[in-house]
Amino acid sequence: MKRVLEGSHAVAEAVRLAKVQVISAYPITPQTHIVEILSDYCSTGKLNAKFLRVESEHSALAALIGAQSSGVRTFTATSSQGLALMHELLHWTSGARLPIVMAEVNRALGPGWNIWTDQTDSLAQRDTGWIQLYCEDGQEVLDTTLQAYRLAEEVNLPVMVVLDAFFLSHTYEPVDIPDEKDVDRFLPPFAPKFQLDTANPCSFGQLVTPAFYMEMRHDIDRAMDMALVRFGEIEEEYARIFKRRYGAVEAIQCIDADIILLTSGTVTSTCRLVLKALRDRGEKVGILKVKLFRPTPAEQIRGALKSAKKVAVIDRNCSFGAGGIFAQEVRAALCNLPGHPLVYGYIAGIGGRDVTPELLEEIYWKTKNSEVPEKESVWMGLQEVAHGTQRS
Amino acid sequence: MELNALDQEFMYSGHVGCPGCGAAIAMRFFLKALGDKTIMVMPACCWSVIAGPYPQSALKIPLIHSAFETGGAVASGVRAALDMKGDKETTVVTWAGDGGTFDIGFQALSGAVERNENFIYVCYDNEAYMNTGIQRSSSTPYGAWTTTTPGADWKKLRKKNIVEALVAHRIPYAATANIAFPEDLVRKAQKAKAIKGSRFIHVYASCPTGWRIPSEMSIKIARMAVQTNIFPLYEVEDGLRYTINYKPKEYLVREYFKLQGRFRHLTDKDLDQIQEMVNEDWELLLRKAGEHT
Repeated sequence: MKRVLEGSHAVAEAVRLAKVQVISAYPITPQTHIVEILSDYCSTGKLNAKFLRVESEHSALAALIGAQSSGVRTFTATSSQGLALMHELLHWTSGARLPIVMAEVNRALGPGWNIWTDQTDSLAQRDTGWIQLYCEDGQEVLDTTLQAYRLAEEVNLPVMVVLDAFFLSHTYEPVDIPDEKDVDRFLPPFAPKFQLDTANPCSFGQLVTPAFYMEMRHDIDRAMDMALVRFGEIEEEYARIFKRRYGAVEAIQCIDADIILLTSGTVTSTCRLVLKALRDRGEKVGILKVKLFRPTPAEQIRGALKSAKKVAVIDRNCSFGAGGIFAQEVRAALCNLPGHPLVYGYIAGIGGRDVTPELLEEIYWKTKNSEVPEKESVWMGLQEVAHGTQRS
Repeated sequence: MELNALDQEFMYSGHVGCPGCGAAIAMRFFLKALGDKTIMVMPACCWSVIAGPYPQSALKIPLIHSAFETGGAVASGVRAALDMKGDKETTVVTWAGDGGTFDIGFQALSGAVERNENFIYVCYDNEAYMNTGIQRSSSTPYGAWTTTTPGADWKKLRKKNIVEALVAHRIPYAATANIAFPEDLVRKAQKAKAIKGSRFIHVYASCPTGWRIPSEMSIKIARMAVQTNIFPLYEVEDGLRYTINYKPKEYLVREYFKLQGRFRHLTDKDLDQIQEMVNEDWELLLRKAGEHT
């Protein structure tokens, strides 16, 4: 059934269809619509789940760690400062091998206070052992959230479904809501591989000496490798039932492209327009949209980029002192590929600034007209700022 | 004695606590009182180590270790999951030290009991960060030496009154207990188990290592803490009805202080001042219990 929904609502519909049993969340703009709708579903019985209205994001995730360890399916949603506050427990979740699913609405970090979109919050959590899936539109958000549960529960790792603030979380689009029976077929009830159980008492998360710790961490890394394989299989199965597939990466007209624009999130949609305009003018340009970030789909990135001359990576984020984070990842994926394309890094749209078709075209021409990248990452669309002398 | 009926043990021998550890004694009696239908949440504390390293465990009940500040929140999640699974029989217990309760875990605890989450929170109090090497906490009493209140910088601030902070949340049940009064401790644990909603038990747990006392003095010191009114035994129902469980005969606090290395530096004048503080707290408690004369 098609309905016109905002991105936040698409998340909530997926959580309802996934028959999540415990939800725990703390409000932060722009995540709030997700938890408001879910609160309503829980209170009206549309979803049979317990909603814990906790006193912080830290406790939101801590409560889910308790619930998931007790053998039920769980959900939370957050943004920015909230995700940063959860940081300690993000590590805990993957270390405890708990398949928790979270919606993360990309928002800039303070100071200064900024509620608009920026990927630095989620990308800064790249080493926490969470699988991250970046979405482009409302339909992808709904489909990805359902797939996230399958993926998380198969490899016993947590999954973050990531969507841009406002451009996606608060934008209304037609979204096809799958039939409940079909979803049940795709996503059966959670069958925990381990759980707190008085009939079979076990200790979880206890002291581990150097004699065992390293193997446990190695298992997490192996599960990440497995997630890469499983994600493809799960998408395959999803496509068979629901006729939609996105891919860990999506290569758009990359085969004959000299220059490939590498994007993630809603910038991709704008880029699709620019691609058409440039192609109409005979430019050999393509787009590589990266959806799966951790595990890194390095093989697929290499495959899509290998015959291009240049890659222009558009990063709506910054690792200060090292530039755009996707650009770093792409360089790492390409570095051992003989004759690999040059990587041009661009930082754009920080703190919710528009990434317009004009800006994307400028990035394209700048890439085409420079023989080599001028530096690791070039900041695009900056205003002239008059730096006054410091008062004494 | 009632304790003889509780012959079942839920602790294996061979835990890795220090000799004379009050926290180990507290655990043993609590589990006897609560029985096998118990799931325990354990934020970072001495017991994170005492329970033993992987793949061993000193406890015969399911146990989830958790991050330092999450005792209230993780238990809320465990309870929510059990409710969703229709398990009404199992008791969820958080077992935390004073650091995880008075300090870093206070927010999550306050949040959980404000929501009146259906669980028992036990704080075993050894009055400092003992697991990390005797650093002061907000539970460290006035006058104490710790490694972060050394020499002339001994702690000159009062111990936080955690029970009153919890009582202010109007929870169904709050109580103090002490390892030297096991019948009282077991009774309170069993009483708490039968109540629904948030229940809080503050257990005095002596620490020979951190308090600089011989291990065989653990119980004696604990008993004296009650006898001197330093750690009164009482319970509060619904944040309103106070019952004092033990009325000591005016022991002087100096006898308690003189036995412990952590108070060695205190002068007679300091001890007089502490005596006044203890008297004042006791008067306040009597007033709340409606027993002030």
